[in-house]
Amino acid sequence: MELAFLVTLLAAGIRSGTAILFATIGEIFAERSGVLNLGIEGMMLMGAVSAYGVAFATGNPWLGLGVAMGVGGLMALLHGMVTISLRADQVVSGLALTFLGSGLSAVLGAPLVEVRTAPRLPVFPIPVLADLPILGPIFFNHNVIVYIGLLMAPLGWWYIHRTRPGMELRAIGEYPAAADVLGINVNRQRYAYVVFGGMMAGLGGASLSLAITPLWIEDMTAGQGWIAVGLVIFAGWDPLRAALGSYLFGAIRRLPLDAQNLPFFLAYPQLGYFMNMLPYLFVILLMLISARSELRRRIGAPAALGQPYVREERGV
Amino acid sequence: MRTQKWSAVGVLLIVALVFGACVAPQPGMQPAAPQAEAPAPAPAVGGVQIPEPVDGKFNVAFVYVGPIGDGGWTYAHNEGRLYLEEALGDVVHTAYLESVPEGADAERVIRNLARAGFDAIFTTSFGFMDPTATVAEEFPDVYFVHISGFKRNDTNFANLFGAMESMKYLVGMIAGARAQADGGNRIGYIAPFPIPEVIRHLNATAMGMRQTCPDCLMDVRWIFTWFDPDKERQAAESLFDAGADVVITGADTPGPVQVAGERGKWGVGYDSRNACDVDPEHCLTVPYWEWGPEYTRLVQSMLDGTFVGADIYFDVDSGSLGLLGFMEGQTPLPGVPAEVIPSVEELLAKMLSGEINRFTIFTGPIRDNKGNEIVPAGVTLTQSDLEGLQGIPGREDCTICMNWLAEGIVPDAEIPQ
Repeated sequence: MELAFLVTLLAAGIRSGTAILFATIGEIFAERSGVLNLGIEGMMLMGAVSAYGVAFATGNPWLGLGVAMGVGGLMALLHGMVTISLRADQVVSGLALTFLGSGLSAVLGAPLVEVRTAPRLPVFPIPVLADLPILGPIFFNHNVIVYIGLLMAPLGWWYIHRTRPGMELRAIGEYPAAADVLGINVNRQRYAYVVFGGMMAGLGGASLSLAITPLWIEDMTAGQGWIAVGLVIFAGWDPLRAALGSYLFGAIRRLPLDAQNLPFFLAYPQLGYFMNMLPYLFVILLMLISARSELRRRIGAPAALGQPYVREERGV
Repeated sequence: MRTQKWSAVGVLLIVALVFGACVAPQPGMQPAAPQAEAPAPAPAVGGVQIPEPVDGKFNVAFVYVGPIGDGGWTYAHNEGRLYLEEALGDVVHTAYLESVPEGADAERVIRNLARAGFDAIFTTSFGFMDPTATVAEEFPDVYFVHISGFKRNDTNFANLFGAMESMKYLVGMIAGARAQADGGNRIGYIAPFPIPEVIRHLNATAMGMRQTCPDCLMDVRWIFTWFDPDKERQAAESLFDAGADVVITGADTPGPVQVAGERGKWGVGYDSRNACDVDPEHCLTVPYWEWGPEYTRLVQSMLDGTFVGADIYFDVDSGSLGLLGFMEGQTPLPGVPAEVIPSVEELLAKMLSGEINRFTIFTGPIRDNKGNEIVPAGVTLTQSDLEGLQGIPGREDCTICMNWLAEGIVPDAEIPQ
């Protein structure tokens, strides 16, 4: 296999994995605080449609990006109110959010289907670095949104593992009662992180409609929000590993296409069916593994994930 | 307890993933036109609301597989429905159901539409064929038209499709000329599924390409989906990375045309006439479906009582197929090389007049991509050959079935089985 093959594969993986990365990092923060949000798909779709609409109406894609984050955050706030304050089931509320988002985005986006020329986020090769052999095309010749993703992963890791608020975040997800005793306002922080998760999902959707697949098409996420939910577990609730997983996932999506040019696959094209299955097989396997509780503990699931916090009730 | 809950989440996710993988959006429904008065709650089938017919009109229902907002296949069908309403005016009332999943649900939906009192039902995806055939037997007084299949019952159930391959041949000529003009010899084709319809389009394109660029080669990417914005784009990137000068898509979204623009190369869209709008500077053309005239003709024949449940396969002369930039009142997009325009216009004029058609294109000698003669000189493929039909009651079997790749496609390429 030639080097050029790997370089284009990895560059494409980083590019197309970016939307999933944003959503995954957002969900990591929400789940670290103890709140599972299965509404990512819906929030991404709403982010995508609002970003595209605003970028078209104002001519400014950055404004679209901001509005998408706001919309994602608002939807997550709804989830927060239902699950944190009203203590409803997080799974049910998250699913409802997905249905709401995919339906509402289709209705709001109907007039945008015929809009084909909304402004996009720019591609920006980083001077000097983009000319490096191998590393240049893989990392430094991308849309600006891709660089934001590349920065977000280490920043997220640093926040969770190296800062005081990050420690508090881990505390409210592991043992909220203890955090409460230390004077941390558990529910307020949970609200903040759930909303942050929604903003990131909105950002992920916006990165699709403004940069990665720059158009509004109904249902354009095509299941990426669900992949993000799975990748959180693969990543062990760690943003750096989330980056690895998202980019790998992007590359696995590209692989069956590029492979069709290799002599071996030209002769055995039916392998294409199998290779197309790989991304989903990958996530399904992860889900099966992570459904085992002892294993889940070992890979670092927050102990209080999925449970509303009620003061004076014995938690975990 | 918690373990159970987590298992439940796992199962839910797997189900969701399977749905995501199939890209099955939520069934939704809107009545087509604003209705005068709100009818009593309509019956719901599997989450799909069945619309109400309007008294005193000829009620036509459309069952779509995707959202009308897909900007491609279903979008073009919906444009056809609007054309029908416009053309026949107050005589007809139309309604549609979008994102109807193929399978058992579809049969219930179609049956309930017939039961609700619709006079004609159009189903617009291959997977609706058997459900439509079943329901057509139960409701002999209702007309049924299925698009892109091969079943019919000679009375109230017809199938309808068109010779997009004729337009694809012209697309190949334009793409070949473009590559030639750029000093290249590589064309890329994004092929959704290895089925006769797609292979027919692919082969016609390759043969057209060889007309204007005898040393051009065509790379193919099978993507195993009709609709996946990311995968369609990635396939285009993969083709351009492999050296393509022009990428032609056979899938639903205009993403590949955008990629062409980003690379400073050329793209060709598919399905609906606005596919080039994303980047007219880098789009050569788009072969598109114009369902309106055919819908109108069929509904008119139902009104007149002359409708026959036949195999209806229209060619370019029906006016239901278009090639952007070359139809009446259009001018070729700037990327089309000037030297190829006259020959495309000439062939298109002959197609529009019916002088030549899909059978002209698929007349021997035709070689496959390995150099073997597939169609001997003077032999013309039959309709069954083109559709790759085998063992279909009432239809003859194909002899030179559509399971070969035409000369011009890279010699190592095989069809995934």
